[in-house]
Amino acid sequence: MPFVNWLKRNLVVIAGLLTLAYLLLPNVVVTVFSFNKPNGRFNYQWQQFSTDAWTDPCGVADLCGSLGLSLQLAVWATLGATLLGTMIAFALVRYRFRARGVVNSLIFLPMAMPEVVMAASLLTLFLNMGARLGFWTILIAHIMFCLSFVVTAVKARVMSMDPRLEQAAQDLYAGPAQTFLRVTLPIAAPGIAAGALLAFALSFDDFIITNFNAGSTVTFPMFVWGSAQRGTPVQINVIGTAMFLVAVLLVLASMVLGNRRGRRKA
Amino acid sequence: MSTLTEAPPPPSPTVTDKKAPRRRGRFTPYWLLLPGMLWLIVFFALPMIYQASTSVQTGSLEEGYRVTWHFATYWHALADYWPQFLRSVAYAASATVLCLLLGYPLAYLIAFRAGRWRNLIMILVIAPFFTSFLIRTLAWKTILADGGPVVGALNTLHVLDVTSWLGWTAGDRVLATPLAVVCGLTYNFLPFMILPLYTSLERIDGRLHEAAGDLYAKPWTTFRKVTFPLSMPGVVSGTLLTFIPAAGDYVNAELLGSTDTRMIGNVIQTQFLRILDYPTAAALSFILMAAILLMVTVYIRRSGTEDLV
Repeated sequence: MPFVNWLKRNLVVIAGLLTLAYLLLPNVVVTVFSFNKPNGRFNYQWQQFSTDAWTDPCGVADLCGSLGLSLQLAVWATLGATLLGTMIAFALVRYRFRARGVVNSLIFLPMAMPEVVMAASLLTLFLNMGARLGFWTILIAHIMFCLSFVVTAVKARVMSMDPRLEQAAQDLYAGPAQTFLRVTLPIAAPGIAAGALLAFALSFDDFIITNFNAGSTVTFPMFVWGSAQRGTPVQINVIGTAMFLVAVLLVLASMVLGNRRGRRKA
Repeated sequence: MSTLTEAPPPPSPTVTDKKAPRRRGRFTPYWLLLPGMLWLIVFFALPMIYQASTSVQTGSLEEGYRVTWHFATYWHALADYWPQFLRSVAYAASATVLCLLLGYPLAYLIAFRAGRWRNLIMILVIAPFFTSFLIRTLAWKTILADGGPVVGALNTLHVLDVTSWLGWTAGDRVLATPLAVVCGLTYNFLPFMILPLYTSLERIDGRLHEAAGDLYAKPWTTFRKVTFPLSMPGVVSGTLLTFIPAAGDYVNAELLGSTDTRMIGNVIQTQFLRILDYPTAAALSFILMAAILLMVTVYIRRSGTEDLV
């Protein structure tokens, strides 16, 4: 029975591909429905094909404003979290110091805490301080929860680095600054980049913590949340699809570039 | 995330290091740590203390709140909302088990069987993150719509009869039932299971599989005795990364569920943002935090993986 044998051998492949299909199905739906022309306020039922939303992606009030705000927040949160996180990661890997246990738990706990708990407690702090909720409170929150993820990403990379490379640089009379800029940083760069990418994605897509600490400021995820109550414009699907495509293309492009550079070196 | 299972850093050498130039700065590590740690202390640890104090306060919005060590708030919160607590744990646990069952084959496929497709599949697992998860969750409303193809197929196969009898669905509806919420939770946190699983599977030496085969182990035995035990770090961090956010989630219950599927996250959100009953909300979120930390600690102890960061 060749078919049964084939099935037995490839069962895990079939199961894996089914899971992949489950993961991608919503994206297919989002893409297809970006060409829909819904009858009512909600875009949940297929009516007829139309490219209206694609030709006018900002045609809904406040949508593109919220998108711009989210991108802006994500950029600043990424910069802040990457800078602070990289510094912590270097300190953890390269130095001995007291209170390492406390530092480690302070980095681990935000990742082991349900978002709603952090969101609620941060709001308590802001209310007690009488802070005005808005851009700055969101940014503070985003840097806070992105920080731990940057630390773990950078730490992994710095840990696998050969310390002798830096010693070699110093033997060749490179000063501390020169060693750091021309040896340490380039080697740690992939880890820093991975951490930054993760921070950007986490910040851009965050809803729960933002919802608590945004006041009346509306980010893109909050716009989508509100529209789920009031009526979902097709433009949401257009932006979701575009973001997906841009991400895939960017990664593919960087892979092609990386391959080419790798080949040139070899 | 993939690094949650990394071993702790090796203790830095002491003797040789003392001669290294950077030892000049005895305070360098503290300067490096200072800004980030201050950030976490002020915006993560301090809020927890504020919340603890809020949970034992009494008063009203108009007159202000004062600490009166009113622990009854905890008792009332538990008495009023224990069904939502239990529901959160049950939904999150179901979603975690489903994520493990669905995610393991895909992680295995990427690690051992994908060949030159490996990078492409990895990209396809991660790229959906860039479409806002709220938009993707709303897409499930379309997929599971009443009278849609999925519900129709489940109806024809009499699956819905079974799930309705179990109380997971209601009649010939899937939307607004526990099944829809668990399905959404599973979908949303699946990548958080797949990535750590993949990281630990990828580290397994392929020759171990060959050795098992040479010793007459059948594929299933090889998996049970070699592959699965070696992937335990991935299983532990994957289940944690799925269970913790799922237990506190309120987005899926709100978008795909009904008033009968409200989770504890929904209650905290409503108490905090709409009813403005801060002590109750603070007590609830404190209980949730304590419960999760307790479960995580016990789980990590029992699974024998202590190096999480």
